[in-house]
Amino acid sequence: MMLANKHDTARGHIQAILGSLVNIEFEGPARQNEICFIQHEGKSLMAEVIRITGNIAQAQVFDSTRGLRTKTPVVFSGQLLEVTLGPGLLSRKYDGLQNDLEKLPGLFLERGSYAPPLDEDCQYSFIPLSHKDALVCAGDWLGEVQEGWIQHKIMVPFSLQGQYRVAFLAPEGKLRLKDTVAILQDETGREHTATMVQRWPVKKPLLGYRQKIRPDTILTTGVRAIDTLNPLPEGGTGFIPGPFGCGKTVLQQAISKNAKVDLVVLVACGERANEVVEIFKTFPELPDPHTGRKLIERTTIICNTSNMPVAARDASVYMGMAIAEYYRAMGLKVLLLADSTSRWAQALREISNRLEELPGPDAFPVDLTAVISAFYARAGKVILRNGQTGSVTFLGTVSPAGGNFKEPVTEGTRKAARCFYALSQRRSDSKRYPAIEPLESYSKYLEYPEFRQNLEGIMGEGWLDLVEAAKDLLRQSGEAREQIAILGDDSVPLEYHEIFWKGELIDFAILQQDAFDRIDANTPLARQAYMLRLVMGICRRRFYFPHFEDTAAFFKKLIHLFKQMNYAEFGSANFHDYENQIHAFVAEKSS
Amino acid sequence: MRKVYTRLSKITKATVSLFAQDVSYEELASVDGRLAQVIRIAGDEVTLQVFAGTEGIAANARVLFLGHPPRLKISDELVGRYFNAYGDPIDGKPPVAGEYVELGGPTINPVHRSQPSEWIATGIAGIDLNNTLVTGQKIPFFADPGEPYNQVMAMVAMKAQSDKIVLGGIGLSHDDYLYYKTVFENAGAEHRTVVFLNTTEDPPVERLLIPDLCLSVAEYFALQKNEKVLVLLTDMALYAEALAIVASKMEQIPAKDSMPGSLYSDLARIYERAVQLPSGGSITIIAVTTIHDGDITHAIPDNTGYITEGQLFLRRDTSVGKVIVDPFRSLSRLKQIVIGKKTREDHPQLMNALVRFYADAADAKTKLENGFELTHYDRRALDFAREYSRELLAIDVDLDMQKILTIGWQLVAKYFEKEETGIRQDILDKYWPEK
Repeated sequence: MMLANKHDTARGHIQAILGSLVNIEFEGPARQNEICFIQHEGKSLMAEVIRITGNIAQAQVFDSTRGLRTKTPVVFSGQLLEVTLGPGLLSRKYDGLQNDLEKLPGLFLERGSYAPPLDEDCQYSFIPLSHKDALVCAGDWLGEVQEGWIQHKIMVPFSLQGQYRVAFLAPEGKLRLKDTVAILQDETGREHTATMVQRWPVKKPLLGYRQKIRPDTILTTGVRAIDTLNPLPEGGTGFIPGPFGCGKTVLQQAISKNAKVDLVVLVACGERANEVVEIFKTFPELPDPHTGRKLIERTTIICNTSNMPVAARDASVYMGMAIAEYYRAMGLKVLLLADSTSRWAQALREISNRLEELPGPDAFPVDLTAVISAFYARAGKVILRNGQTGSVTFLGTVSPAGGNFKEPVTEGTRKAARCFYALSQRRSDSKRYPAIEPLESYSKYLEYPEFRQNLEGIMGEGWLDLVEAAKDLLRQSGEAREQIAILGDDSVPLEYHEIFWKGELIDFAILQQDAFDRIDANTPLARQAYMLRLVMGICRRRFYFPHFEDTAAFFKKLIHLFKQMNYAEFGSANFHDYENQIHAFVAEKSS
Repeated sequence: MRKVYTRLSKITKATVSLFAQDVSYEELASVDGRLAQVIRIAGDEVTLQVFAGTEGIAANARVLFLGHPPRLKISDELVGRYFNAYGDPIDGKPPVAGEYVELGGPTINPVHRSQPSEWIATGIAGIDLNNTLVTGQKIPFFADPGEPYNQVMAMVAMKAQSDKIVLGGIGLSHDDYLYYKTVFENAGAEHRTVVFLNTTEDPPVERLLIPDLCLSVAEYFALQKNEKVLVLLTDMALYAEALAIVASKMEQIPAKDSMPGSLYSDLARIYERAVQLPSGGSITIIAVTTIHDGDITHAIPDNTGYITEGQLFLRRDTSVGKVIVDPFRSLSRLKQIVIGKKTREDHPQLMNALVRFYADAADAKTKLENGFELTHYDRRALDFAREYSRELLAIDVDLDMQKILTIGWQLVAKYFEKEETGIRQDILDKYWPEK
C-alpha cells in the first residue's frame, strides 16, 4: 500500500475496540473516510475512518480485530479507499479491497497480507491515440494497449480537472504499467505525468463522459421472463428480490453467463464461498455464447464471501462499480452484478450499530435509501467525449428478511432501480423456474418511447402489443384459476378452463426455462420473438371442448410438445418437427 | 507473574467490566475461576463475557487475563472422546495431549477451495432423490421441536460415508445426548467420533464456544489428514439465542425478532467453514435449526437459509402417518452438481416430474377439503401422492439410488401418461417402464 508524504498525515494509537470498530486517538490532519493502518505485531491492518469526534477517529477495520490492544500505533495514509485501474483487471479474482486472491500467500486468508491488484512488471504494446499538443480532459483516450481481446484505452487520469495540453506522448512501443505514457500540462504550465495505471476513490462516481443518456437498447439476458416480458436495457438498473431458495443466485449466474455484453463484473457480496468457487471453476471452461471466447475472458470477480470481514463488504460493491465505470469510459458495454445487496446493507447496519447512531427501520441506518440510490445512480449509458457510447448496467439481488418485500432494503431499492424482478415463493414451491412473478415484476423502461422503438425494431412490429396481450392473458388466467378454486371445476363456464389453461401454456412454454439445460438455458431474442408469436397464435384461437377435463388434457399435451421444442436447437429439424406436431394437434382441436 | 485484578466496575447477567491495562481484544480471562472473554475495550475499561454467567460474582472477584484467545489442544487423541464447551473431558478420561490451535481463526482463501462434487448417499430416499447431499455442503434440518430431528440426523451420520464425525451438542437435552452416545456405540463408530457437549442444564452463553471447537477439530482432520469430516450441530437456534443474550447485555440495538443485527455474519462465520479441499479432505456440516410452527420467516431460520446450501424440512404426512422429508420446502442447492452426473442421467427429470405431480395432489387435496368434486386426474394424483409419500419420502425408507429411481418410474407409469410428465423425450424413451 502506498503511503503519502509522511509529513502531512496523521498518526495515532488505538484507544478502544468493539468488534470491527476501533477508536483511534490521533494527532495531525486525519480525514473522514481516510485509510489508516494499524501496526499490530509486524502486520499492517487496513481500516477506514468513518467518524471523527475531537481527537478521536473511529475506524472500521477491514480485518479481524482479535489481539489488538490499546496504545497500538496507527498510521494514516492520507488517502481514501481507492481502486487501482489499468490494464490487467480483466479475468482477475479480487477480494473486496482489490487484493488479487490468486497472489495471496497460503491456504488461509491471513490478516494484514495484501497482494497488488495489477502486475506492474507486465509489458504492454502501447499505441498512441492522441498526439502532441492535443487538448485533453479527464477520461480522454491517450492510447491503447491489448488486454486479452480488449483494446484497453489508456485515459487521461480521472482525477485531473480542467483542460490539459499533451506535452509529451509516448510513441508506439512496449511499456510497463508505471512507465510514462504522457506528460500533460495544465493552464498554468504545471506538468502532470500519466502512466497506464491510475487510482480512484471508489465511493466517488467516475465521470469523464460528455453526457448520460436514457437507456434505449435492449440488453439480451437470454432469460425469457426478462427479455420478453420486462426487458432490461443497456445502462439500465434492476433488482431481483426473493426469499431464500427461490433461485436468485441461479438466475443471476445464468445472466452472467448468457448476457450479450462486452464485460461482466461480478460482485459476490457476503454470499456463499461455494458459489464463487463454482464461478472460479466453470468460467475458464464455459464459452461466451456470443463470441465463443471463454467466459472468464470477459469477467472480473470481486469476492467478499460471508465469512470475510464485514467492513470489506461495503468496499466490495464500490470496487465493482468503479471497475465497471472505468471500462465504460472505454466505450464498452459492462454488466455489473451484485449478489446480494442486502448483505451490503447489513454491513452498513452493523457499523451504524457499533457507532451507536440512532437507527431507522429494522435497525438499518436512516440514510440507507439515500446510499442505495446514490449507488444505483452510477449505472447508466453515457456518450463519451469522442462521441462513442458505453454503458454500465446494474442488476442487484436483494435477500428480504423473511421473504417480506416490505422491509427497508427491498423498499429502498425499489425507489432506486427501474426494473423489478420479483421472485415468488409460490412459483418456486411448484418448481416453476425462473420464479419471476410475471405480473408483479416490471420494467419502467417500457415507458420510454426510444426503448419501445428499439424493441419493435428488433422483435418485429406489433411486438409490444403482443407482450401486453400475453400479460393480460396471464392476468385473466390467474382470475379464472381463482374462480375455479372458489366455485369448483364444474360450476364455472367451460371458457374459464380454457382461459386458465392458455395462461398455463404461456407460463410453461415462455416463462419457465431450464437453467441447467444446454439449449433452454439461453434463448436468443429471435427465438423469443418466434416462440411468443407461436404461443399467442394458439392462445388467440377459440377451442371447443365438450368437458373441462378435455381442456386440461389438450393443453397438457400441448405443453409437453412445447417443452420438447424448448429443448431442441432453434431451427433444427427436431425443432420444426415438434412445431409441426403442435400445428397439427391444434388444427385438430380448434374450430 | 500475571497481574490479578480484584475490582469490577460493572456486573450484568452475562458480562463484567473492570479497569485493566494491556489487554488484547478477544483474549480469555478467568473471573473467580470462570472462563471469560474480552468483548469490548474502551480506554482502560474492559468488558468480559462470562461464559458460565455472572450469578454470585462479587464486585471484588479475582480477574486474571490469560493472554491468549480461545484455543484447544488438538491431536488424533480426540477421537472417541467427549468434551464440554471448554474442551475439557467429561468422559472421566485424562486430558488430551496435542498442539494448541486457536479457535475461530482465519478463513480459507476461496481460490484454494475445490468445487464440492462428491455425492453423499444417505439411503434416505427423501434426501437422496430430491435433496441430494454433497461433501463440503452445509445444510440444516428445519424442524419443529416435536419432530424426530436428532434421530434422523443420527441416521444420516451413521449411513453417510465419512472418516470422522464431530458432534456439537448446543443445548442438547441429556436424553438426546445419551441417544447419540448409544447410536455411536451400537454402530461401533466411536473410533471416528468426537463430541463437544453443552446440555440444556449448562449455561447458555457457553454454547457460543461449541461450533468453533467442532470446526477446529474438523479442520485438523480435513486439512492435516485429508479426511472427509461430517460435523453435526444441534441445535443452532439455541446458539443464535445465546448470541442474542450477549448482544442485549451489550446494549446493542436488536434487529428483527430481537436478534442481533450481526446474526447473518455470526452464523455465516460458522457455516462457511464447510469446505471441499483439493486434497480430498472435506468438511460437511449438517445442522439442526428448530423452528416454531413451521415459520421459516423468523430471523434465525431466515438468516440460516440465506447462508446454508439448502435446508431439509421434516413434516408429518397425516395421510400416510409418517414423518417425511417435505419435497416442497426442502432443497439441496448443491444437488445440481451431482444429479444426473454422479447419479443416473434420468435422475433430475424424474425427480422434478414426481414433485410436480405431488404438487398437483396438494391442489387436489385443497379442492377435496373445500368440498369440490375431483377430476379423474385429481384422483390419480392423490393416489400417487400417498404411495410416493410412503415409498419414497418417509424417513424410514432405506434404499440405494438404483432402487429409488426404479420405484420413481414405476409410480409415474402407474398413475400417469407419458405426455403428462413433461420429461424430455429421449429420457422417456429410454426409461419409461412398460406396464
